[in-house]
Amino acid sequence: MVTTILFAPLVGAIIAGFGWRTIGEKGAQYLTTGLLFLACLLSWITFLGLGSETQHIHVLDFIQSGTLETSWGIRLDRLTAIMLIVVTTVSALVHLYSLGYMAHDDNWGEGEHYKARFFAYLSFFTFAMLMLVTSDNLVQMFFGWEGVGVASYLLIGFYYKKPSANAAAIKAFVVNRVGDFGFALGIFGLFFLTDSIKFDDIFAAGPALAETTLRFLWTDWNAANLLAFLLFIGAMGKSAQLFLHTWLPDAMEGPTPVSALIHAATMVTAGVFLVCRMSPLMEYAPETMAFVTFLGASTAFVAATIGLVQNDIKRVIAYSTMSQLGYMFVAAGVGVYSVAMFHLLTHAFFKAMLFLGAGSVIHAMHHEQDMRNYGNLRKKIPYTFWAMMIGTLAITGVGIPLTTIGFAGFLSKDAIIESAYAGTNGGYAFWMLVVAALFTSFYSWRLMFLTFYGKARGDKHTHEHAHESPMVMLVPLGVLALGAIFSGMVFYGSFFGDHDKMNRFFGMPAHHAADAGHGATDTHGAAATDTHAEVDTHAEAADHGAADDHAAPATDHANDPHAAVIAHGTAPQGAIYMSPDSTVIDDAHHAPKWVKVSPFVAMILGFLTAYWFYIVNPAMPKKFADAQRPLYLFLLNKWYFDEIYDAIFVKPAMALGRFLWKRGDEKVIDGTLNGVALGIVPFFTRLAGRAQTGYIFTYAFAMVIGIVVLITWMSLTGGAE
Amino acid sequence: MIQADLNTIAPEIILSIYAMVALVGAVYTGKDKIAGPLVWLTAGLFVLLAAWIGLGSGGTHDAFGGMFKDDAFARFAKVTILVSGAAVLVMGQDYMSRRNLLRFEYPVLVSLSVVGMMMMVSAGDLMALYMGLELQSLALYVVASLRRDSVRSTEAGMKYFVLGALSSGLLLYGASLTYGYAGTTLFSGIIDAASGNAPLGLLFGLVFVTAGLAFKVSAVPFHMWTPDVYEGAPTPITAFFATAPKMAAMALLARVLHDAFGGVVGDWQQIIALMAVLSMFLGAVAAIGQTNIKRLMAYSSIAHMGFALMGLAAGTAFGVQALLIYMVIYVTMNVGTFAFILTMERDGEPVTDIASLNLFARAHPGRAMAVLFLMFSLAGVPPFLGFFGKFYVLRAAYDAGLGWLAVAGVIASVIGAFYYLRIVYYMYFGEEGAHLDTNKSPILWGFLVATAAVMLIGSAWMFGVEGAAEAAAATLVN
Repeated sequence: MVTTILFAPLVGAIIAGFGWRTIGEKGAQYLTTGLLFLACLLSWITFLGLGSETQHIHVLDFIQSGTLETSWGIRLDRLTAIMLIVVTTVSALVHLYSLGYMAHDDNWGEGEHYKARFFAYLSFFTFAMLMLVTSDNLVQMFFGWEGVGVASYLLIGFYYKKPSANAAAIKAFVVNRVGDFGFALGIFGLFFLTDSIKFDDIFAAGPALAETTLRFLWTDWNAANLLAFLLFIGAMGKSAQLFLHTWLPDAMEGPTPVSALIHAATMVTAGVFLVCRMSPLMEYAPETMAFVTFLGASTAFVAATIGLVQNDIKRVIAYSTMSQLGYMFVAAGVGVYSVAMFHLLTHAFFKAMLFLGAGSVIHAMHHEQDMRNYGNLRKKIPYTFWAMMIGTLAITGVGIPLTTIGFAGFLSKDAIIESAYAGTNGGYAFWMLVVAALFTSFYSWRLMFLTFYGKARGDKHTHEHAHESPMVMLVPLGVLALGAIFSGMVFYGSFFGDHDKMNRFFGMPAHHAADAGHGATDTHGAAATDTHAEVDTHAEAADHGAADDHAAPATDHANDPHAAVIAHGTAPQGAIYMSPDSTVIDDAHHAPKWVKVSPFVAMILGFLTAYWFYIVNPAMPKKFADAQRPLYLFLLNKWYFDEIYDAIFVKPAMALGRFLWKRGDEKVIDGTLNGVALGIVPFFTRLAGRAQTGYIFTYAFAMVIGIVVLITWMSLTGGAE
Repeated sequence: MIQADLNTIAPEIILSIYAMVALVGAVYTGKDKIAGPLVWLTAGLFVLLAAWIGLGSGGTHDAFGGMFKDDAFARFAKVTILVSGAAVLVMGQDYMSRRNLLRFEYPVLVSLSVVGMMMMVSAGDLMALYMGLELQSLALYVVASLRRDSVRSTEAGMKYFVLGALSSGLLLYGASLTYGYAGTTLFSGIIDAASGNAPLGLLFGLVFVTAGLAFKVSAVPFHMWTPDVYEGAPTPITAFFATAPKMAAMALLARVLHDAFGGVVGDWQQIIALMAVLSMFLGAVAAIGQTNIKRLMAYSSIAHMGFALMGLAAGTAFGVQALLIYMVIYVTMNVGTFAFILTMERDGEPVTDIASLNLFARAHPGRAMAVLFLMFSLAGVPPFLGFFGKFYVLRAAYDAGLGWLAVAGVIASVIGAFYYLRIVYYMYFGEEGAHLDTNKSPILWGFLVATAAVMLIGSAWMFGVEGAAEAAAATLVN
């Protein structure tokens, strides 16, 4: 069944991409959409019927070279299942939505066929993404990782007639290469040390890696920390974390359904998925995890500040996405991977919906994207308005404090903030996230107010002709709205709220059960937990110790010092791994009340400010911007990241490239070759031609000269001197 | 004893008797009228002998007290010589008869020269060596000037004869020096004298012998006869010059150097390497200026001999293997290329100007494609077989510590690629001009297409040549 899920989009992509002339553009669209819905249905069946055992499904052999053995394999556990439903659900709805959205596109002239291509790309992307999330080894994951990169490139640059779209596509590709380089190094390093790229082997080697040092860049590092860090660099690129984030806003050049599918719900979450997937390694890399937390929190904050002042409706949502990804990384960074996945799930629903809603608005307004030209649209496009409203309520985290009743974002985001408090003892990450929550609320409501309330601004004609989108675009909004409302409440217990449920959900061993007991009775016995933790670690240490003894000689590479770290013992059970002595979840449950209320307060504050700025006193933002001109410009220009990169990397690279091209290639290399080919060789050719006189005595003379030279040489170098 | 000796040289005896019988028989019967069938008969006999030698019993047999050796190396060379000789005879028959050149002496002379070559590659003694070499050469001098009424052809024969005599003199002088210092003409005796710190006189002998043989393989600086003879001789004879004698002389050189002077590899290695470099570069550079395709092929063969010598210069068994493989590939490519050159004509007259190939591909896409394969292969472009030939010799040289030689070879092959590719350029992108007729002979067409196909298929499977060459090299170098 999982194989069907995996290959249905590929089949669709191939048929739609290469065979649309046979089945027609309409046929291609319906076929890909139908196959995606099939995959979606099967995914939900898989998700709901999943047992606690990790399943391995062998598809076919891939690479066999030396000790490297890789197969196409599917690793089906809870993590995979979550990603399956997220990817296929959003993808299926986006396919459906695109039927309406892409029906008429001003970027293409009469008789130009683009729809089948678009759907083929979408399906191909979905296949690559599924490849990524289902893989049971790093190479296959890397294949999917690059596959989504290619699909993203194709889709961002889908309007290839627009120079800006091409530039954005290239930027996305190049920036991602930086991250991929780190990812690839991480894979090499893991293979180098564990002699395997299978997840099971790597996970089992986690404790051993933590005690290994690896020499890299003339420095000795702790292997677990270094490798986790390298993998995280890959995640940073894909998930648009600070310093490698600049491509994400530009990627909004792609058609809006693409933004919803790739740059909100699926591909950008691949980094989070990677960190969660590698949790058995991450748990042994405390320094890297601290860095992940720090960077995630910073990203959440920076992106939120930039989002405050953007005017393009899609860019606002893009920065919001980046900010929410930061949240997820904080959760992963403090070691509560389940919460990261929880937010990933809920975020996929409400962010996809926001994007699709924005697409609906853009569609209604004839591809106008500047919010300053919107206003008072709630009567014109009521369904879209309500969908966006639900999305906004979800992302800002509206709910009843201290209960588990609220929109999806309320539950998942609050869970992250509580975990951040618990994991950092109320430090930097916690405060950044709370402030970011305030900003999130502000820019989300700002978007709502500018778009749907106030007076109609901009082109009058456009406003008069604003119209509600067709049904195929509204249905996906409705479905996602359900997810945005209920997904939090339904899954809260399984992801965060209840230890028992969590352990069963992720198939983790039961040693957390005792903690859960404490949680339930609300008498937090630190001593008891500690004993448990001690026992567990002892047991594990003994296990590994024993395994070490007999596993080491058994390996083929006993004489290879690096292969000494080959996996001992077995991989930890379960889809994610939380260190037995980690108490973050527990501490998060028992965070002080003010911590639990803080995101709610931040949300209210943000809402009120937005309300005051854009409803009560619409002149206020301008005044405020004028008063704080440098700050405003700083934010409007996105902290000048692009400009700084341009000055530091792009310009010198261009200068170097131009130097190598003009001086190195044209002058030196071409010049040398031209000189040799047009000057020196013809000279010798003429010389040889002249020597060939045709007179026999010349020829004989040459032979005599030759023998003289050879004899002389021989008397000088050879023989018995 | 004599019975076993005669058995060992049975193929040579058969061929010699055949040549004499054919000569006498033709004189008393139809003379030139039966020349055509005689060519076919000779070619058939060559193929039969090749099959006999190639498929016969293995092992190493010495005859006449070591003067004559029948081993895997000799057999490998003999099969190549016989098959290529047969191919060239068959290819040229139509060309020669239409130009009234087909004398009955032609197949007879070729047979005699082939006997000489077989003698050369089996030589185990300086006497046998000289005898084979002279038999081969004398026959070739005559066929070079077969077109008696043509000034160029007689000039070619004359030049070849005079310079050949000079080279024979050098060789003989070297042989006498060697005999003087070694006290024997047997290779197996010379190798005992020429080991460790060999006397300088012996090494001088080595140099002179090498120079005499280098003339036959047209290695620089003993190459200068080659372009003139190639151009002047009738094309089928040029084709013959470019194939079988080269194989024979190269095999003989390898045999002398390894069988007789295998103990002083370090001494002759430098000479061979020097000649290899000079040949490769001169062949590549001088060919650029040529407009006549036969002269071009002459320089091409000089360059190719340079590459083959590179394999020999390695001084290892692998080097000899590379040499043999290279020579077989070279001979195959040349058979194909000359099959094409033989078809080049306009109004019934042969054309050798490469400019006449302009836009050849438009009129004859199939032939042009086959020539393209051959040219790419001659230039050493992968995936064609010529690349693998070069790859073998480069690897042999590199493995033997002659990295500089390998680098020089690569540079020379880049320069050389120019004129091969220029032919392709003319064929596909040239200017409008007087176009070329082609001879519709199915035999030539067959050879052209077959060799072109071999260039492509051979890169996947070398028809067992690799293994045979390895076995041959193993018997020579041990």
